[in-house]
Amino acid sequence: MRALLLRDLRLAFRAGGGFGLGLAFFLIVTVLVPFSVGPQSELLTRIAPGVLWLGALLACLLSLDRLLALDWEDGTLDLLATAPVPLEGALSVKALAHWLVTGLPLVFAAPVLGVLLNLAPAGYLWLVISLAVGTPALSVIGAFGAALTVGIKRGGLLLSLLVLPLYVPTLIFGAEVARRGAQGLEVGTPLLMLAGITFGVAALMPFASATVLRMNLR
Amino acid sequence: MASIWEYANPVKFLRTSEKVLPVLWVLAGACLVIGLIWGFFFTPDDYRQGSTVKIIYLHVPAALMAINAWLMMLVASLIWLVRRHHVSALAAKAAAPVGVTMTLIALVTGAIWGQPMWGTWWAWDPRLTSFLILFLFYLGYMALWAAIEDPDSAADLTSVLCLVGSVFAVLSRYAVLFWNQGLHQGASLSLDKEENVADVFYLPLLVCIAGFVLLFLALVLYRTGTEIRLRRTQALIRREAARA
Repeated sequence: MRALLLRDLRLAFRAGGGFGLGLAFFLIVTVLVPFSVGPQSELLTRIAPGVLWLGALLACLLSLDRLLALDWEDGTLDLLATAPVPLEGALSVKALAHWLVTGLPLVFAAPVLGVLLNLAPAGYLWLVISLAVGTPALSVIGAFGAALTVGIKRGGLLLSLLVLPLYVPTLIFGAEVARRGAQGLEVGTPLLMLAGITFGVAALMPFASATVLRMNLR
Repeated sequence: MASIWEYANPVKFLRTSEKVLPVLWVLAGACLVIGLIWGFFFTPDDYRQGSTVKIIYLHVPAALMAINAWLMMLVASLIWLVRRHHVSALAAKAAAPVGVTMTLIALVTGAIWGQPMWGTWWAWDPRLTSFLILFLFYLGYMALWAAIEDPDSAADLTSVLCLVGSVFAVLSRYAVLFWNQGLHQGASLSLDKEENVADVFYLPLLVCIAGFVLLFLALVLYRTGTEIRLRRTQALIRREAARA
């Protein structure tokens, strides 16, 4: 499984595109927001946590169809399905690799973009914590969507339609942590809910993903 | 008494549903006509909401069926995954467009009522938001059915999506409740509460709900029959093509 993780990471780094794409998209979305809503700094301060979370979510969504599509085309997935490693494990590793390549860079980039959006000083810590806790859930849920649509040609739009409603709880609690943190309020409850979602989907979702992937490989 | 699983046989299902359907159509039509006319013309105006209150005869039954249609799809998907009865999978497929229409009716009538009463077409209230999310789930489910060519794997994948979606739909319901305490009035038809809608509105509402339930059953049976025949036609065409 470690070999699979290293392989996925190496592919992401060397093939290019995937790694920078999410980050660039995140940067562009965040930079465009002040142009669309106006440069008043109080307004930006108020919406900054939500905008940053939304940008991270969309950046994550953008890279989902690469999660399995290439391995589907060249037959790697067929090999993985017959390999001694359980497919559930292989998919968890693939989701982890996706998070390391897309989610984690977003966590580090978010405070920098927070400066551009005039985020309240108290908010930086909680923004980073909420993204670090919440983005793994986005990758794991996204792996389910990717497994579901892997057999469909040009399934990108369908993938977004299927995955977006599944992202709602994560987005709500994640953005709530960041918002409350920025306003100096108590963040315990939403943070616990967010962590609960992440651990819950990390534990259960691979089973659903592996089930649909087996159906697709049949 | 025959077991319910006998209706997993498409022929038996079609034969029985053909007998039941005319009765269902008539009953559904009668309930809807009686309930709506009674509700619209023979109930008093509410003392605060005026005549706008009467939209509940469409809004409440549609909202009820929007959720129950998804529940029915969930049960049918489970049956398909466990027992592999094709009729079950086709029934789930047939119910989705009906369910999404009910959701849309609930959303639209709610907006029409909300404009004069709340002064807005839309508010990000938990119930409204949950229904919007439910609407998206329906769209995704139907899109997935439409996108996959092989009918059996389409049934498999949509069934799993329905199960996973149900979990997330419930999760979203509580998440939005946490996110915004709303504007929408509480439950008004609970059996265990004192405070319900007044009796003058209650009875016609029950008739309307019965009408919507019957209409839903009739539509789903009818559409399932169509899906079965469609599947059979495709099989015939394939057989002909193979022979030629």
